Amino acid sequence: MATTEPQVLATDVAATAVAAPAANALISVRALDAFFGATRAVRDVNLDFLEGQVTAIIGPSGCGKSTLLRCLNRMHETVTTARVEGEVRLDGKDIYERSVNPIEVRRRIGMVFQRPTPFPTMSVRDNVTAGFRAAGRAAPSRAEQHAIAEWALHRAALWAEVKDRLNDSAMALSGGQQQRLCIARALATKPRVLLLDEPTASLDPLSTQKIEELVYELRGDVTVVIVTHNMQQAARVSDRTAFMLLGDLVEVAPTSRMFTSPSDERTEAYITGRFG
Amino acid sequence: MASTQLHGASVGDRIYRYTTTAFALSIPLLLVLLAFEVAVAAWPALKAFHLGFLTSSAWDAVNGTFGAAPAIYGTIVSSLLALLIATPLAIGVAIFLSEFAPSWLRQPVAFLVDLLAAIPSVVYGLWGIFVLVPFLREQVMPFLADRLHLGDTPLFSGPAYGPSMLAAGLILAIMVLPYISSVTREVLMAVPRSQREAALALGATRWEMIWGAVLPYASSGVMGSVILGLGRALGETMAVTMVIGNRHEISSSLFAPGYTMASVIANEFSEATNDMHLSALMAVGAVLLAITLMVNIIARWLVWRVERRGQA
Repeated sequence: MATTEPQVLATDVAATAVAAPAANALISVRALDAFFGATRAVRDVNLDFLEGQVTAIIGPSGCGKSTLLRCLNRMHETVTTARVEGEVRLDGKDIYERSVNPIEVRRRIGMVFQRPTPFPTMSVRDNVTAGFRAAGRAAPSRAEQHAIAEWALHRAALWAEVKDRLNDSAMALSGGQQQRLCIARALATKPRVLLLDEPTASLDPLSTQKIEELVYELRGDVTVVIVTHNMQQAARVSDRTAFMLLGDLVEVAPTSRMFTSPSDERTEAYITGRFG
Repeated sequence: MASTQLHGASVGDRIYRYTTTAFALSIPLLLVLLAFEVAVAAWPALKAFHLGFLTSSAWDAVNGTFGAAPAIYGTIVSSLLALLIATPLAIGVAIFLSEFAPSWLRQPVAFLVDLLAAIPSVVYGLWGIFVLVPFLREQVMPFLADRLHLGDTPLFSGPAYGPSMLAAGLILAIMVLPYISSVTREVLMAVPRSQREAALALGATRWEMIWGAVLPYASSGVMGSVILGLGRALGETMAVTMVIGNRHEISSSLFAPGYTMASVIANEFSEATNDMHLSALMAVGAVLLAITLMVNIIARWLVWRVERRGQA
């Protein structure tokens, strides 16, 4: 995995200093705190996500990795009592600025959850175009919808399996197919970033492998951030890996280096299985 | 020793089981017995008039001819009118309470809406006679007929007496609103958070999320709540009897007085002196029972379907 070294490692940044983002950073997180009520689930995180790369966020349960992910598309704030402080810059523009509409942010940054969430009353095709239909103010034509569904299903490596079942209920698909359907649905709006929140946690090994291959395929075109509790998965699919512990970002490094010579002893303890 | 103790416990268990089973079975048995008794008592009238009992408008107790069509028509039209008015309002209230209301407002408003169901039906009727009916006669009916020039359309033609199908529909709408609203609210709150998040993450607005993900997911439960409301409206007696005008006539106009099955029974059971009259009232009761049973079964089935999907 030959990745260009980021100019500034997030862990090198002092809490108060504003570091310049890496040259090829699509998203740069600065001094980010995320709260549930009075509990601080994410503490002062500084991290760059590089364009076209896959970044994995690993760490034990409750370390704040999912919360950090949900701060990247402003989903965190949809929970009552949840609150965010700090900056998340997408292409240099802070998505937490007052003038920014969270709806617009979420249309540019797609998200897939731990369990597949197809809309049960919709057909396979309508599921894929659901976000697309919401985003386009003018109702897209039937042919246009079909074209976008076919494109997205191809991207999600699901087309061959469902091309004859586009009008069937999405609930008729298997769990793994449903999850790839959700990825297709997220891709249909052509987002620049795809956030995956433990996307294979509820799937069998074969479905997991398909999704990992898909993530590998997407790199280059889409910037992917994947949260996983599975270190092998992080090692297999990501260019860079970030390790979180108790709300802190401990270390971020190219994946190959992270798993061979981590610089922090806590990272080493975690990846060698001494806790977690 | 040990074996006798075990044996004793199992006898106690068995007695307990048989007793509770008997209690549980006694309720459906009561329903079957009731339906049977009503059917037996209704039999002479149904035999004498055949299908004419359902289709004829002639209800003449003196000459012994009975046709329940106006009452069946009145029950169905007043109930559907009530649903037409109450459903959008009730769903609106439910959406506000489950999706938009701040938590400090949610409980008090939900409580007040539910309280509408606790008001005795005769109080609604009294309010109907002294407030709603005069208001309809003096304000609403002239406005609809003259100002909006709807007086020549079949729905709003004829003199404005006051007591009318419109009055019955309105009062029923108020009475069924809390039922539809509280069941809809529960069904909406049962929609999993993951469905809402899936819609939001796609860039849906709050409204698009409710309209595109939450309501479709809950649709059959919402349907069930509406049908539950219909069940209430069909059987409501006192308030409707007080405002509908009680006339055995089918009129296309909502301004005209009408009758409902429940009102016929309530008004005439005390003066039903001959057997055929009594049997005719029982037949009306049988028709009403059959309709409400069917409506309730459909409603339960729809709500049950949503709940099952929520667990899956």
